[in-house]
Amino acid sequence: MNLLLDPFHYEFMQRALVVCVLLGFTNGFLGSFVVLRRLALLADALSHSLLPGIATAAIFLGLSTPAMLVGGLLAALIVAVGGQLISRSSRLKDETAIASLYIVAFALGIILIKYARVKVDLSHFLFGNILAVGDVDLWLAYGVSAVTLLSLLALQRPLLISLFEPSVAKTLGIRVEALLLWLTVLIVLVMVASLQTVGVLLSLGMLILPAATIYLLTDSYQFMLWASGALGAVGALVGLWLSFCLNIPSGPTIVLVLGLAFVLAYLFGPKYGIVSRARRTRHLHQESLARWSEH
Amino acid sequence: MNTGLCIEDVTVSYHRVPAIHHLTLSVPAGRCVAVMGPNGAGKTTLLKAIAGLLPLETGRIAYNGRSLGSGRERGTIAYVPQREAIDWDFPITVRGLVEMGRFPALGMWKAFGSSDGAAVDGALDAMDLGAFADRQISKLSGGQQQRAFLARAWAQQSDIYLLDEPFTGLDRNARLAFAECLHRLRADGKLVLASHHDHSDVAEVFDEVVLLNGELVAAGSTADTFVADNIERAFGTRIFTGEGA
Repeated sequence: MNLLLDPFHYEFMQRALVVCVLLGFTNGFLGSFVVLRRLALLADALSHSLLPGIATAAIFLGLSTPAMLVGGLLAALIVAVGGQLISRSSRLKDETAIASLYIVAFALGIILIKYARVKVDLSHFLFGNILAVGDVDLWLAYGVSAVTLLSLLALQRPLLISLFEPSVAKTLGIRVEALLLWLTVLIVLVMVASLQTVGVLLSLGMLILPAATIYLLTDSYQFMLWASGALGAVGALVGLWLSFCLNIPSGPTIVLVLGLAFVLAYLFGPKYGIVSRARRTRHLHQESLARWSEH
Repeated sequence: MNTGLCIEDVTVSYHRVPAIHHLTLSVPAGRCVAVMGPNGAGKTTLLKAIAGLLPLETGRIAYNGRSLGSGRERGTIAYVPQREAIDWDFPITVRGLVEMGRFPALGMWKAFGSSDGAAVDGALDAMDLGAFADRQISKLSGGQQQRAFLARAWAQQSDIYLLDEPFTGLDRNARLAFAECLHRLRADGKLVLASHHDHSDVAEVFDEVVLLNGELVAAGSTADTFVADNIERAFGTRIFTGEGA
């Protein structure tokens, strides 16, 4: 029992715990929409395009959390909306347009970082440092989680119709484009809020892995939303605890725990796991053989 | 004429090339209507225009005297897209899909109540899907999938059902079962418009036919309209009917 609770006697661990569980849930819940809409690659592109925004904010405003929030949001939206504009005005498909833009933005960001007044630690940006969670980070996590969860709850019906069948959503008077833009804004907000905890690359793991795992387990989109949130929170908690006990970096540990859950679901999910499916097929085969031999 | 669907002088273009020209047409409620014509005749375009998915260049579309042009009545129209447009792996059961039909009436916050549950059960029964309610949508046959989308529209209490090539890929039994479901909608006073390309079963499924070829060729009851002359004018080919051979 002590082994379980001991790590959380330290205040920095308590803070880390709150932020981790909260952002784990928020990422997981939001991730369901991302996976249902097949936006995982867009989210990846957005995570990279945060870099120039954050670097520019650091050059002009110093390295404060609100500056990073605004800078990151602007840069990611320029890439997302710019990609859409390019794909609509040329023969390029949107994933090519967005990939072209974000990789250019990432390169620009790496050069800009050199000119920031404050030293921006690239590895910190990429992998985060959950044990140094400050007050501002805590409030940012609260605020972003509240905005994300409340707006997703309010918009879940129109969003789900839009994700499933955009054309039907349009006939119902739902503003599909505006909803998808809001989803993009939420992805960026949650990413920036997750920056301190797990870093920008690993926040993608918290966003995608729980939803991908639950997607392999359920036929109910409603269940998928809540279960992905719960899995994100539990994964973050277990990962944080393991990282303390084993003295390894927390961000990667959280993602590895979520990755383990994903692999287990892929292999042993009762309905769609490949092992379970293989065993079921053999069973049916034998059954039909038995039926034939009766004749 | 105020009741039913009124289409007046409608033109719809893609990149300034009109796909349907100055189409005027009226159809009363309680009918099954086939929209027919060669490829590129504007069948899908007409359905999408009625659904409000494409802007009208000229004209207006009204249902029971109320214009469908702007401020479209939520849920009046049920658009069933072509099968290829649907993500069949979506984690949703037949019941979940039909429940989606209640979303417009529920808005953002209203809880799913017992009357909604009854509407969903009624829709599942009407489309003979009760036994498959808990199946994921990819684990249905083609005909059952089409009926699941009709059931969703029924739960939405739509008046106009727009179906894009619903009979594609269905075998004879599935066609008959699906036609029977369409006739149930008709008996309930709904208007069904379906783009269709199989000439052989038009008479047994549809009451009325709209023949298109970029513009209106002919429209009216199947017996009067779906005749060799009109078909030739729409499709540009003489078909062998056995008459005068």
